[in-house]
Amino acid sequence: MKNVLGFLLTAATLGFAQQAAAINVFTCEPEWGALVQELGGDRVSAYVATNPFQDPHRVQAKPSLLAQARRSNLVVCTGAELEIGWLPIVLRQSGNDAIQPGKPGYFEAANYVPKLEIPTRLDRAAGDVHPGGNPHIQTDPRNIGRVATALSQRLGEIDPVNAPFYQARQRDFAKRWSAAIERWQKEAAPLRGANIVSHHKSWAYLNAWLGMREIAELEPKPGVEPTATHLEKILTQLKREPARMVIRTPYDDARASEWLANRAKIPAVMVPFTVGGSDKAKDLFGLFDDTVERLLGALK
Amino acid sequence: MLRRILFVAVTAAVMAPGTALAAASDNPTPAAETHAEPGNEQRLQSLEERVKQLESTPPPAPATAANSFNPGISLILSGLYANLSQDPANYRISGFPLPSGAELGPGQRGVSLAESEIALYASIDPYFYGMLTYAIAPDNTASVEEAFVQTTALSHGLTIKAGRFYSGIGYLNSQHAHTWDFVDAPLAYQAFLGTQFGDDGIQVKWLAPTDIFLELGSELGRGRPYPGSDRDKNGFGAGTVFAHVGGDIGASHSWRAGLSWLGTSPQDQELSDMNIAGTAVTNSFSGDTRLWIADFVWKYAPNGNPSQTNFKLQAEYMRRQEHGDLTYDSDGALGATNTASYDARQSGWYIQGVYQFMPYWRVGLRTERLDQGTVDFSSNGSNLARPDFNPSKNTVMLDYNLSEFSRIRVQYALDQSREDVTDRQWFVQYQMSLGAHGAHQF
Repeated sequence: MKNVLGFLLTAATLGFAQQAAAINVFTCEPEWGALVQELGGDRVSAYVATNPFQDPHRVQAKPSLLAQARRSNLVVCTGAELEIGWLPIVLRQSGNDAIQPGKPGYFEAANYVPKLEIPTRLDRAAGDVHPGGNPHIQTDPRNIGRVATALSQRLGEIDPVNAPFYQARQRDFAKRWSAAIERWQKEAAPLRGANIVSHHKSWAYLNAWLGMREIAELEPKPGVEPTATHLEKILTQLKREPARMVIRTPYDDARASEWLANRAKIPAVMVPFTVGGSDKAKDLFGLFDDTVERLLGALK
Repeated sequence: MLRRILFVAVTAAVMAPGTALAAASDNPTPAAETHAEPGNEQRLQSLEERVKQLESTPPPAPATAANSFNPGISLILSGLYANLSQDPANYRISGFPLPSGAELGPGQRGVSLAESEIALYASIDPYFYGMLTYAIAPDNTASVEEAFVQTTALSHGLTIKAGRFYSGIGYLNSQHAHTWDFVDAPLAYQAFLGTQFGDDGIQVKWLAPTDIFLELGSELGRGRPYPGSDRDKNGFGAGTVFAHVGGDIGASHSWRAGLSWLGTSPQDQELSDMNIAGTAVTNSFSGDTRLWIADFVWKYAPNGNPSQTNFKLQAEYMRRQEHGDLTYDSDGALGATNTASYDARQSGWYIQGVYQFMPYWRVGLRTERLDQGTVDFSSNGSNLARPDFNPSKNTVMLDYNLSEFSRIRVQYALDQSREDVTDRQWFVQYQMSLGAHGAHQF
């Protein structure tokens, strides 16, 4: 028993001494990984816990996540209960006090943006409701800009030596980003007022940004898989109130939106949703280039 | 005491809904600003959106409400229908005696409440996290399943837990019954750990600062539950050491493997057994018990997305060594009390696979064996013998998960735990969770 404890302590000390120069950032979703990289450049090493083909809610506290959280100086996640099923366990079992909620090493992006669809009634009978509002904030690039400002400050707090570096990169990013937003908005002008159907309530922020109207969701209730009767109901609704397209994330099953698209004779569009969600969505700029391009393509 | 805890839990549950609203954002910035010259319809839409947004912002909850700091509460409700071809009253695992009160076997026939559970948990302060899990059994008894405090402010990968908790040994041991993939625990868990080892004590875990997951842990405890025995002693009655490694292979595969050791020294541990003549007898064991567990789990989901299909393979091997004195007929019921040395090496394993073949639906198979190994009763050999028979069981289950909070399961097992007897067991079970969001444990 004593030998084991002795080994534990020695190994712990060694581990501490090995800490690398670049700060380790544990990000929950690819968009935050990409943003950390934009702001931190070579001064940060970003680990992304989920991939674009995973629903960030349906993730387990798997061993690899624990190992990464243990070594990180900062955790950057969406928050708003998106990661409620696994992040609290990962943090609690990480043995890393720096990244616990309330500490500077814990950053929730959703705290820095105005949230939509905050439920007035909390009841699981309504499906997967998020008390803090819709958590899919990254689909509006203006939110990414807001988070970038707060995140660069946080990076400076965690790594004060490089704070001016992060600030400078944030200013540079903000300039390029607002120019890009202006361009996307111009390009996407034809989408304003377009009726759409979505698979899940993943697009509240995108819709608010581009002025699209979501008239139905394929899921009968958030988090409940589409059913045949519900799809039939939407099909009837579309006869009365036509929509221009059906959109889905890379991780939603394509069959339901294809089914509806075929019968309603409208395009089904997979929108990248996050960085890496499509071939062209290589970084944050590519994400919205491709998002706008795909949506416009569906209007034709 | 039980009543008081229940009362607190119920009161807290009633008061809880108010708190969640307090987290809502209170600065609604209009997100739908118009950029192109808006036509009438567009202006209307933008106004509609603003109204919707304002409407959806709940009034801020009073920040000083007494229930603001109520802990997370979750409730597990579970019920079971069992159809057993053999009388569960004489259920036993031949050759693997357990204390008379041990949780063992398929439970009662017919419809019954299964184990229901109330859990309360929250951060205590910046340094500790606390949790209480209260289990309510179908026979109206309630028990503290877990009640522990855990550090959150230690660095260097260290976590210390104290109180009553399920030991970190093996894979399944630390998981609550409602997260199991089958209705019942594997035979090896029932025979060697009395279903689950949850002792009162202290646990230290250390997570290595490596890319690969490497966790080392050790526990010192009272040794109260089987395979230990409660006794009057200042020191510790049980100790464990365990190591787990794990990681990912590509985006689709994750795995974890582990090796654990449990050592305990039971004193006058009463065991219900059968003698050579087939008569029930109570024996008692004093000595040392050592248990080794090797565990492995592998999970597959295409691109790490489990919502359509996923697969989980899980196996554990246990090896037990007992050395000490066995008193035959310790309560003198047969008037043949005799104490002699006892040495045994026995083992067991299970392997199971669970496949989600379409959303909501999972099918699972489990096969398991116990090996009598070598048992030396010394002079008690005239009364006791291990049967020339290795208990085994094959189980198949199908479950339907309407959401991540509800599950309905059907299970069929061919249970050959009793020598020369096959128990055909049918189960229908529901398991539901409500309240605070459950944990997605690996």
